[in-house]
Amino acid sequence: MEKSVEMSAKNRTGIGMSPVDSQRMIDAAQATPPSSSGDESALAALDSVYIREAEPVGSVPLPGTLKGVAQATLQKLTGKHPEVLIDKLGERLAFERTGTRLYDYLITKCETAPTDSEIPIDTLKRFRREEAQHFKLVAKALESLGADPTTQTPGADVSAVASSGVLQVLSDPRTSVPQSLEAILTAELVDHAGWELLIRLAGEMGLDEMATDFRTALAEEDDHLMQVRQWHEQSALSQAGVSAG
Amino acid sequence: MAVKLFDSRGVPLEKQRFTWKDMVQKPISKLDDEAFTRVRIILMNGLETEALRFQHLCARMNKDLQVPLAKVRRAEQHQQTTVNWLISSDHSPLETTIAYEQVAVEVTAAVAQNEPEPYLAQVYRFGLLEDFDHLYRYSALLDRLEGKDANNILQSHTDIIPGRPTVDEHRAPENDLRDHYDRTKAAAITKLHATTIMAAEYQTHDFYANVGPMYADPVARQLYAEIASIEEQHVTQYESIIDPSETWLEKWLLHEATEAYNYYSCVEQESNPRIKAIWERFLDYELGHFAYVAELFKKYERRDPAEIISDTLPDPMPFKSNREFVRKVLDQEVNLRTRGTQFVDKAQEDPASLDYRQQMNSEGSPSQTVAAGYQWSPGTELNRRVA
Repeated sequence: MEKSVEMSAKNRTGIGMSPVDSQRMIDAAQATPPSSSGDESALAALDSVYIREAEPVGSVPLPGTLKGVAQATLQKLTGKHPEVLIDKLGERLAFERTGTRLYDYLITKCETAPTDSEIPIDTLKRFRREEAQHFKLVAKALESLGADPTTQTPGADVSAVASSGVLQVLSDPRTSVPQSLEAILTAELVDHAGWELLIRLAGEMGLDEMATDFRTALAEEDDHLMQVRQWHEQSALSQAGVSAG
Repeated sequence: MAVKLFDSRGVPLEKQRFTWKDMVQKPISKLDDEAFTRVRIILMNGLETEALRFQHLCARMNKDLQVPLAKVRRAEQHQQTTVNWLISSDHSPLETTIAYEQVAVEVTAAVAQNEPEPYLAQVYRFGLLEDFDHLYRYSALLDRLEGKDANNILQSHTDIIPGRPTVDEHRAPENDLRDHYDRTKAAAITKLHATTIMAAEYQTHDFYANVGPMYADPVARQLYAEIASIEEQHVTQYESIIDPSETWLEKWLLHEATEAYNYYSCVEQESNPRIKAIWERFLDYELGHFAYVAELFKKYERRDPAEIISDTLPDPMPFKSNREFVRKVLDQEVNLRTRGTQFVDKAQEDPASLDYRQQMNSEGSPSQTVAAGYQWSPGTELNRRVA
């Protein structure tokens, strides 16, 4: 059976691998007082100064020339804050677009890496197609508000930073299929929460058609999340030699 | 406002002081700041890292100058930190790379159009088409690796199309050397241009050499390895257009003048008032460095600084899109190659370069792979492909 996690004497990171040197380090650290007084709250104090002075990451652009449907839609939102919805739509768009690339990597990994996990490639390819379609769905939603779907909104920017680690894991040729599944599970969990929020926002803003379209996407995301979680659990339980139930 | 190098004393060296809080300021906004503000930050970081590099090399060869060099270098170090730390942390390394290539394209294009010596203008145009192609390759990588649109960084100022293909840029080392300007005859702008572009390329090379291994994706790792190699070629090229018979002090004085010129260009065109204030402060610092080094130049070389650089700085280097110029050069010169120091048609390229290129590409070409079938579309190629 392919072992995704190997046990060996090669991992040198813990103190147990060098008991004599480690004890000498512990003795020296305990015998040597710090060079400055205080504790880790000093970091928070300096961080707080910068937080107070910081400017926002960026802003949402003004809608372009509004015509017809876009104008009518935005008028419906008078008194509300459409920029919040636009920001979140921009975030979802960017996430789905990167998500498509994540599935590209996962497909290549599953097709190539040695694994006993039975991940159906056709299902992965369907998920990939659906991510790409979700991206277009959100782009259309943005256009219906007169917003530019090629813009990088603050939400898109910040969520890309947050998920950059997922990309790093998926694109690493050394990571196993189970490790890649765990990374993509992170993305699917965030994605699912993101769609739920969009549906709520659109609904509360009276954009019923948009909310309905998004519910269709959410149903597909439900399936992605359920499947990925199941594959991830099955592979971990199977690797551990216990029943997957 | 014209800047006079010899009369403007700037800020004296001993008054060029910093604190850590002063150096680590609020960064720019990746989304809201003008792309050319980011271009100016990257360019000036390149000038400051070149100042540090040069002043260290000078110290290794000039015992008497070690103390003055250490003093000026300390200010340059803290200026470099202040400037480079203006780039906000939400720029991924690949987004920063896109910005670096925009600097290479737009600044080299500006220099190529303003350079009075025709051969040197050709050198700049030659390098321009190669950096332009790097931008295309990295844009393809950004799209296919991160699912992002390079134009969010470029803000529609710079085209994303193939230049002289990177796969064809690998040359035997002897074919990267060029002829140099004559230090006794060259115009001030010629000298300022050469140090500016050399500094920018050296910075770019070092950046790729450092961030390349931070990528997990093997295509990304290979692409950075390939393009870093071309940037090393470019540093060789631009270094060689500078007269090697300039003395160390002459070069030091020209470096300070180049920094002053570039900060001056930044001051005149900066749209962000907070960043403009930094350019103004550091222009005054460089004028202070120039005055300090000019005294050393007079003391040790018993020469007048006016022999090597004009008193009044040339007109500021323009920071703007050079789209039409780049397209024209692409149309006319994409098939140029080199034979020694000369530019020749593809058919006349030195066989030594062909041999070298064949060897380097013998196990595949990352730049061809990453951009296979790639055409930029707004919102990424997925936007074009998904029905």
